[in-house]
Amino acid sequence: MFCEKAVELIRELHRMGDGQLPAFNEDSIRQVLEEMKVLYEQNQSDVNEAKTEGKSELIPSIKFRHCCLLRNQRCISAYLYDRLLRIRALRWEYGSVLPTAIRFHMCAEEMEWFNQYKKSLATYMRSIGGEEGLDITQDMKPPKSLYIEVRCLKDHGEFEIDDGTVILLKKNSQHFLPRWKCEQLIRQGVLEHVIS
Amino acid sequence: MSDASDLSGGEESQEEDVLTPAELITKLEEAWLNEKFSPELLENKSELVECVMEQLSHMEENLQRVRKGDVKASVHRMEIDRIRFVLSSFLRSRLQKIEKFFPHVLEKEKSRADGDPSFLSPEEFAFAKEYLANTEVYLQAVALKHMPPNLQSIDMLKAVPEPCLDSFVFLRVKEKQENILVEPETDEQREYVVDLDEGSQHLMRYRIIAPLVASGAVQLI
Repeated sequence: MFCEKAVELIRELHRMGDGQLPAFNEDSIRQVLEEMKVLYEQNQSDVNEAKTEGKSELIPSIKFRHCCLLRNQRCISAYLYDRLLRIRALRWEYGSVLPTAIRFHMCAEEMEWFNQYKKSLATYMRSIGGEEGLDITQDMKPPKSLYIEVRCLKDHGEFEIDDGTVILLKKNSQHFLPRWKCEQLIRQGVLEHVIS
Repeated sequence: MSDASDLSGGEESQEEDVLTPAELITKLEEAWLNEKFSPELLENKSELVECVMEQLSHMEENLQRVRKGDVKASVHRMEIDRIRFVLSSFLRSRLQKIEKFFPHVLEKEKSRADGDPSFLSPEEFAFAKEYLANTEVYLQAVALKHMPPNLQSIDMLKAVPEPCLDSFVFLRVKEKQENILVEPETDEQREYVVDLDEGSQHLMRYRIIAPLVASGAVQLI
């Protein structure tokens, strides 16, 4: 039956919940496009026949093929658009650099879309408030505590906090520090917020 | 906390009112809640955003000057973080709606009259246009250009769903309203009229009270 491959694409995305991005199914898309080409060519020839030889009994099948073409277009667009939404969510979750595993699941054009999206977002964030802008991909949760538990990921040497005490940031050591002091280091990847 | 005004810096003047820092933050919180709970994109609040950003930098500057180790410092730091969270969350809400409804948002902006307030700031407008272009270019490149000639375009206005203005929202009344027309829910009901008393809370369809949110007469909660 027509449009089965197209619906399969939709089902594939539906199966992967939680915003996961499966590999780009280039094969299936090619098959759907091929089916569309065949349907269109059949319609072209039938339309010509109906016009020149007055075979109006061809019209129902012409209409039927046209419906299949529309359905295929709609399914493919939905598949591609839903993938874009998942890719967009990745920018907000992982930041500007995507893990390699995820990048392998994206086609070149999706990568291009992602790069353009990143750029647009960065331009917008820089323009907030008229001066240096605001990184709205940070502060995703309301600040709950003044102090947070952090683990040191790399050796960073000595670190002085407000009341004068000096902490030695050695790899794998854990500390209970004021949150605002750690933010910069967390972003740089020196410290990791430990959420128990 | 008399120190709050020490660290919060001066006042911001707008065209008519002079807002104290406390009033500014209240306005921000109201705008944040309205944007969070409204199904559609609300009027843009660029001036408010600018004022809050200025306020935040005043507070950061003042915080640098405080004696190190002073307990007050950590509390004020928390306040700065909280305000920044509310502002970020507000802007994120707006951006999410712009992305979700991008063709409709752009259409609305294009067809508004010159005197009407803008829903998008110039930067949001640029972002929305880029988002539309980016998505169209992508769909063309990957699929549409390989399709039969009569199927090589998609009407974005039809393909992307519109915001559902009939969603229910919770609201609190700030200014008394009379004679609000409520449409019937079922066939047996008829349309009726309600009065909204100041301070009362209701659950209604957004569509009915949309203009009241815009005017500030009700607050979404």
